Amino acid sequence: MLLSCKETTRLVSQGLDRGLAFGERVALRVHYAYCLGCRRAGRQMNFLRQAVRQLSEQPPRTSP
Amino acid sequence: MATSDEFRKQLEVLRPYLLRYASLQLRDAAAAEDAVQEALVAALVGEASFAGRANLRTWLTGILKHKIVDAIRRQAREPVVPVEADEEPGEFDELFSERGHWNERPAAWGDPDGALEQSQFFRALETCLERLPARTAQAFMLREHLGLETGEICKELDITPTHCWVMLYRARMTLRACLQQTWFGK
Repeated sequence: MLLSCKETTRLVSQGLDRGLAFGERVALRVHYAYCLGCRRAGRQMNFLRQAVRQLSEQPPRTSP
Repeated sequence: MATSDEFRKQLEVLRPYLLRYASLQLRDAAAAEDAVQEALVAALVGEASFAGRANLRTWLTGILKHKIVDAIRRQAREPVVPVEADEEPGEFDELFSERGHWNERPAAWGDPDGALEQSQFFRALETCLERLPARTAQAFMLREHLGLETGEICKELDITPTHCWVMLYRARMTLRACLQQTWFGK
């Protein structure tokens, strides 16, 4: 099964929230192999998680 | 049991951190204050159960998480937060072609690790978070800030897992576009 980029980004996002099935992981890997855009989007979603986890360590903003 | 002054002092030192932690999730200064206050009171009462644990901040944050979830539950009962649609038809249509391929391929983010060293970056991130629809932001922060599992989020927000995944997907896609525009693309 070949995924579109829209389906892929949706699946990547879900992969951050639930365990993906074997077939889903394979489909994702196949798509990643030829799609630079989705690889980047996936990396960026992972990065978002990392960044949000560090938010509370930042000093609060003084002005709104 | 008498609470030691020393313990009380240690808690007070952590108050600004806790307030920041709660404000990120609750968006409402008064509600955040209340949650922190409740957590500190609970910590004072429960000092004995802290004894011997390594990290006071981690322990306190754990208590605070519960108080934040309580606050969200209360908010949910008085629905001030409008419920957003499951998936709006045509969502992200501008991003993808009819066949679901990128209209414009996402650009590479140069030096994301470096961004994490800059307070300006976190300000940009917070601004992007503020632009999200309220409930989408709430679900996203429950997941990524508080670290709740999707199952718990569904329960607290009274939505289906599918709806939850849609909201988290929407949040991530919107945030990455926003950061691209306001930070990485600059």
